[in-house]
Amino acid sequence: MVYSYFPGCTLKNKASDLDLYARKSAEVLGITMEEIEEWQCCGGVYPLGANETAPKLASVRALVAAKEKGQDLLTLCSACHHVLKRVNNDMAENENIRTKANNYMQLEVPYAGETKVVHYLEMLRDVVGFDQLKAKVVNPLKGTKIAAYYGCLLLRPSKVLGFDNPENPKIMEDFIKAIGAEPVIYPYRNECCGGYMAMENKELAKKKSSTVLQSAKENGAECVITACPLCMYNLKVNGGVDDLPVYYFTELLAQALGVK
Amino acid sequence: MQRIGVFVCWCGSNIAATVDVQQVADELAKEPGVVYSTNYQYMCSQSGQQMIQEAIKEHHLTGIVICSCSPRMHEATFRKTAAAAGLNSYMVEIANIREQCSWIHKNKEEATEKAIILGRAAIAKVHLNAPLTAGESPVVKRALVIGGGIAGIQTALDIADAGFEVDIVEKKPTIGGKMAQIDKTFPTLDCAACILTPKMVDVAQNEKIHIYSYSEVESVKGFVGNFTATIKKKARYVKEDVCTGCGLCTEKCPMKKVPNEFNQMLDNRTAIYIPFAQAVPKVATIDPNACMMLKNGKCGVCSKVCTAGAIDYTQKDEYIEQQYGAIVVATGFNTIKLDNFDEFAYSQSPDVVTSLEFERLMNAAGPTGGTLLRPSDHTHPHTLVFVQCVGSRDISGCGKPYCSKICCMYTAKHAMLCREKYPDTEVYVFYIDVRTPGKNFDEFYRRAVEEYGVHYIKGMVGKVAPKDGKLMVQASDLLANDQLLIEADMVVLATAIEPDESARSIATMLTASMDTNDFFTEAHPKLRPVESPTAGIFLSGVCQGPKDIPETVSQASAAAAKVIGLLVKDKLTCNPCVAESNELMCNGCSACEKVCPYGAITYSDKEFRTPYRTTIMRRVASVNPAVCQGCGACTVACPSGAMDLKGFSTRQIMAEVDAICK
Amino acid sequence: MEKNEKELAQLIQEISGLNPKKCMKCGKCSGACPAFHEMEYHPHQFVDMVDRGDVNRLLESKSIWMCLTCFACVERCPRDVKPANFIEAARLALIRQQGCNHLKDEAVPPLLDEEMPQQAIVSAYRKFKK
Repeated sequence: MVYSYFPGCTLKNKASDLDLYARKSAEVLGITMEEIEEWQCCGGVYPLGANETAPKLASVRALVAAKEKGQDLLTLCSACHHVLKRVNNDMAENENIRTKANNYMQLEVPYAGETKVVHYLEMLRDVVGFDQLKAKVVNPLKGTKIAAYYGCLLLRPSKVLGFDNPENPKIMEDFIKAIGAEPVIYPYRNECCGGYMAMENKELAKKKSSTVLQSAKENGAECVITACPLCMYNLKVNGGVDDLPVYYFTELLAQALGVK
Repeated sequence: MQRIGVFVCWCGSNIAATVDVQQVADELAKEPGVVYSTNYQYMCSQSGQQMIQEAIKEHHLTGIVICSCSPRMHEATFRKTAAAAGLNSYMVEIANIREQCSWIHKNKEEATEKAIILGRAAIAKVHLNAPLTAGESPVVKRALVIGGGIAGIQTALDIADAGFEVDIVEKKPTIGGKMAQIDKTFPTLDCAACILTPKMVDVAQNEKIHIYSYSEVESVKGFVGNFTATIKKKARYVKEDVCTGCGLCTEKCPMKKVPNEFNQMLDNRTAIYIPFAQAVPKVATIDPNACMMLKNGKCGVCSKVCTAGAIDYTQKDEYIEQQYGAIVVATGFNTIKLDNFDEFAYSQSPDVVTSLEFERLMNAAGPTGGTLLRPSDHTHPHTLVFVQCVGSRDISGCGKPYCSKICCMYTAKHAMLCREKYPDTEVYVFYIDVRTPGKNFDEFYRRAVEEYGVHYIKGMVGKVAPKDGKLMVQASDLLANDQLLIEADMVVLATAIEPDESARSIATMLTASMDTNDFFTEAHPKLRPVESPTAGIFLSGVCQGPKDIPETVSQASAAAAKVIGLLVKDKLTCNPCVAESNELMCNGCSACEKVCPYGAITYSDKEFRTPYRTTIMRRVASVNPAVCQGCGACTVACPSGAMDLKGFSTRQIMAEVDAICK
Repeated sequence: MEKNEKELAQLIQEISGLNPKKCMKCGKCSGACPAFHEMEYHPHQFVDMVDRGDVNRLLESKSIWMCLTCFACVERCPRDVKPANFIEAARLALIRQQGCNHLKDEAVPPLLDEEMPQQAIVSAYRKFKK
């Protein structure tokens, strides 16, 4: 399977591990990730105003690029996934935004949300299959108790993201089982880490991140995994629980597949 | 040529304010065949009707057109008026210039023009009307009640009381329904079983009532007064007439880990079981999905211990065909699934329960013998949080858009009972609105607050997080403008109710209409609340819309009264507007037979004369006028134009269309 | 705040593209909000204040800058009101005015640290300034 791949800014810098291990693992799994040429930053947050078209254009360009190659668009960063998925939904369902964006872009064939946006985890679940993944694991993380941290952006709003049950998800737990470890279910795995507030209101980010980590720890977690660079930052820097390491899920995937 | 009279009604200002009734009468007077045309303030009033009758006699009218409200309102009235003056009822046509004209238009000029056109169409039709005579059909003096909850029980008892035979078809092994699961009833707090079980016994002992328990209605054919239902008696593997209900088999059955539906899966039952002590009929049933003997032929314990010899592993489903004059739907409700509401941690913690589960936890016959214990560790809970409107009033797609109506009251009841039985508990109720419109209902709720010290908090729970055996309830307190975090031992969710899953297939079977929420539609929301628009079908209980026990019982008795009113009649007047097949044109293709929803069309070979004194046999359709409901589906399906509907013939309809397009 | 308050409320509604009247005032949004205690006015009040045209005090309050845009309110709202979108619309109504950026460029460098991901900076810029 060949995907168009949208890495996003952070994966080219601070979160290069998230990217690196995803690529290495993909090779083992027979997945080809073709990075889109000249992709632009998604903006980090989805523009919520009904009359905001311009901030969505960068995403539309990526979506169109994937469509032109006839490929699904693979994402890794939760924020990029959230933005691309929602902009794509707008292009499919919001006539106002679709018309304005197409008028601006002046494409030969107007874009109407044809590209399928797929998160790496969804790809593991739906294309590779967790059973197949399990079969390819050479270095199972036996006995490790791992808490999956979903955060907000992958799950909500579930009507558009369609990622998993937004209040009781299981995709990351199934992933943890597939790499041979033991998932830890804890109630704050879908609550906010503090997000972008980390910059302006560090105290709030600290409160939120520590609630998440403490809840994970109380439930017996030995480490936490995430798909989001900002969650990673908040949990690590603002979480206040030092003996609970946080990894990108791709790092543990690569480890299990023996390519780390 | 017909002699036609036109009567234009003002309907007070309903029509006259938007339509120039004088002009309509004047214009229609010019139509061919119209010999009399007038207008009047209230045509349906006694003086209005008298005016029509006098005009019929004076002007020797052979047909009349009433320009008024919808024929659904007053067609029957004016038909009777005409008949009293010696004019055949079916020589009356209504032009609907209210619902289809004055009410929906603002511009008087345009509305007047449209009213004239509608009048013209009716006149064109009357020209082609022929007198029709309604036939009669007999009424089978027996009623079918689908569902054996409190609604079905009350309806059946009332019908039987009037001397008619009634069959109750209940899909579960016992009648009793949801009320049998309930602990206490608001607002008087009498025990549900104490008031329900005598009624269940009455049903069992009533000679006029037959209970088909563990049975389902498979199909229904026919029409009002003359339905034929096929009832499937599911194999219970126990001879109903032999079993004494001693319960020995249920004690000895080795398969003890079957989730117990009656206790909302909070404990287990055996594979052979009697749902509860007061079950009617008190007969054991073998669950074929759990029984080892039925699954792989290994066991047979129940058969060995049964001294009556009632066990029969070879029993098969049985089909019974029965005639009925009327059918009552009393299919009831269920609580919705909570898959879309995981923020309340229902699937994560056993201590988060639905209100119906809570009923069982408080019930002396429930899994804890009536002592309130947490399902997780069987300890006594100290702090309880009740959440109202879980899945009700929800237009997000996760729940139901309507108010489930019963939750405010039963939550007040639960909270009150909790505080009464266990004064050491702290009880919180999160509400959006407290709705208590019923006799002594608001007083009841206020008692919960004022006398029992239940903490009512206006706001909603946003998240329930299980933590160290407790439940952290994060919620808003809107009046204090605060967000609370309550450490609770149990959370009780006032879960929305929805019609039973069988309702839709039953509605299809009965050609009875439903709303978008799968509640049965009543014939009129105010004036005919217990009748379905389909003749002979009546509605009882929650199948028509959310309601509590007092309201259900009222409606059940009302439905019974309507059924009795039907069954006392020896004959029903048939609709004479039925289909008719022109045998000379019929090509025997069966298209009409296939589309007929009532099974009114049959085919037979008939001999027809042909030239040179020969004959041929041809297959032709014929319509049973007693069964035909006049829907007209066959007339549309017929490729050769052989099918026509009396009173709505193709010629008549085309004449109307021509008049409109002129 | 030169603009007439009613007009401003209208503008916020327009930017949101949503109908605040769908709210039945159950308060589930405020029960779900992780930043509730940082706010003077809470999610359900945002919706109500926009609906009533009572927005001046809202826009002057620091509450509108506290929303984490975690979408818990959007996800759990039984009436599909989307309170987070109203908060964003209020922010946009403000920062689209000249000189009303919540985040000033010169204030940014001291807020950064070695590990802060680009995503945080980009998001904060999008959320707090135009």
